[in-house]
Amino acid sequence: MSEILRILIVDDESAMRSVVRRVLLGLQVAVSDVHVNATFELDEASSGEEALEKIATNKPDLMLLDLKLPGISGLDVLEKLAENKTEVLVVMVTAYATIQTAVTATKQGAYDFLAKPFTPDDLRNTVRKATRHIVLQRQARQLAEEKRRVRFEFISVLAHELKAPISAVEGYVDTLEKDFVKNDPEIYDKVLERCRIRLEGMRKIINDLLDMTRMESGRKKRELIELDVTEVAKISMESIQPSADQKRIVLDLRVDGPVLLRADRAEMEIVLNNLISNAVKYNRDEGRVDVSIVRDDDHVVIRVEDTGIGLTEDEAAKLFNDFVRIKNNKTKDILGSGLGLSIVKKIAELYHGTAVVESEPDKGSVFTVTLGVTEAAE
Amino acid sequence: MSEKAQGKKPIKVLIVDDDQDFRMQARLQLEADGHKVVEAENTEIARQLLVDEKPDIAIVDLMMDEVDAGFTLCYQMKKTYPNMPIILATGAASETGIEFDSSTDEERSWVKADVVLNKPIRFEQLTTEIHRLLDK
Repeated sequence: MSEILRILIVDDESAMRSVVRRVLLGLQVAVSDVHVNATFELDEASSGEEALEKIATNKPDLMLLDLKLPGISGLDVLEKLAENKTEVLVVMVTAYATIQTAVTATKQGAYDFLAKPFTPDDLRNTVRKATRHIVLQRQARQLAEEKRRVRFEFISVLAHELKAPISAVEGYVDTLEKDFVKNDPEIYDKVLERCRIRLEGMRKIINDLLDMTRMESGRKKRELIELDVTEVAKISMESIQPSADQKRIVLDLRVDGPVLLRADRAEMEIVLNNLISNAVKYNRDEGRVDVSIVRDDDHVVIRVEDTGIGLTEDEAAKLFNDFVRIKNNKTKDILGSGLGLSIVKKIAELYHGTAVVESEPDKGSVFTVTLGVTEAAE
Repeated sequence: MSEKAQGKKPIKVLIVDDDQDFRMQARLQLEADGHKVVEAENTEIARQLLVDEKPDIAIVDLMMDEVDAGFTLCYQMKKTYPNMPIILATGAASETGIEFDSSTDEERSWVKADVVLNKPIRFEQLTTEIHRLLDK
């Protein structure tokens, strides 16, 4: 990625300005850690007043500011910038380089100091250093901005997802007061049943949300202990067995003895509960769910295979994102928060692992979660 | 059916909405009013029901499988069945802040619906609108 930075050279001596211009002409600065290659556009001002005017109309990224100027001084310029809350990275340039002026200038917001006389290399190095600072700061800001945006988007979708069941239940509660519902026990029960289902769905969203915040805050008592993942799977399968029985689905666990992993038990429970309950929920009646857990030198691999409705390639591609629920005829009566798999993926990433799906519509899906054993995130 | 419907030919109402709870609540109200209700959870089923059931009036949700599925469906319905009134029911105002209306000619030229109701809807209002639209 290339970026053009504007440098404003502020000096009352035109000879000085053209020296600086000549030294910086064609300079390129590579900030390799963020893959940015910066080039420069140069502009000049012969006084502090002119500099401020130019800053107001076309803000430079970096200013090489002579301290001693006719009219207002370099320090005055700094002060004005601070007053107007204008952010320009400033390198003070002066022949009167004393510690005192350096301190004053830095206090007033100058980033760096360049003492006259300087060699072309001094100048280039100072500009390199400042460029690095500008580029990295800019990237950090973009990242923070992106984070804020994602957060905001998440919250607005969440608000929508929580509002939907409330509206539905409100609508039903209104009907409960009406004679045509009050006086018809069959309809009355149906209305209550739908209320229960929507409330249960809402509780599921909130529980998943709690799982998620617990993880994302990162600090909340993760307890990494050596545990047997197959043991967690067994407990999870026992709790899901009743729903499997309802659809006459066979749950099978294939392991060759204990699979030890240094992990947080709650996180492993979330992963296995999500994968196995999905495999049941999205399965056909009399289907199968096959769970296998193996370990090699570096990884624990959890594989959950079902004989369910499967996914198209498009559906599979977005499945692990927040609040993604596949909406079609086959899924319309299945409750879900749209957060389960996104949580599974986030947990896998905490263990430097991955969560992937292979699937074929109407045949079934295979979910594979790979967890790193060497450097479980502490 | 309630006594209100006696002596009148029931009105057949098509409800197109992917939210099964909205469909059920609207159905309860409309059946209590003595109307006949047919439901579609997506525009594809809706198109089929338009042919098979020949409803008198349609209540259409704006955002279904596609964000503008309801708009498209309304447009097509008005072309094929210009005399069938359409009520567009939408949660867009509360979800996105975009308000729709169909009270001016200018708006009716692109919102192909006779009435736009913002969700959450008071279901009695459906009753009122249906009678107003079919009586005129």
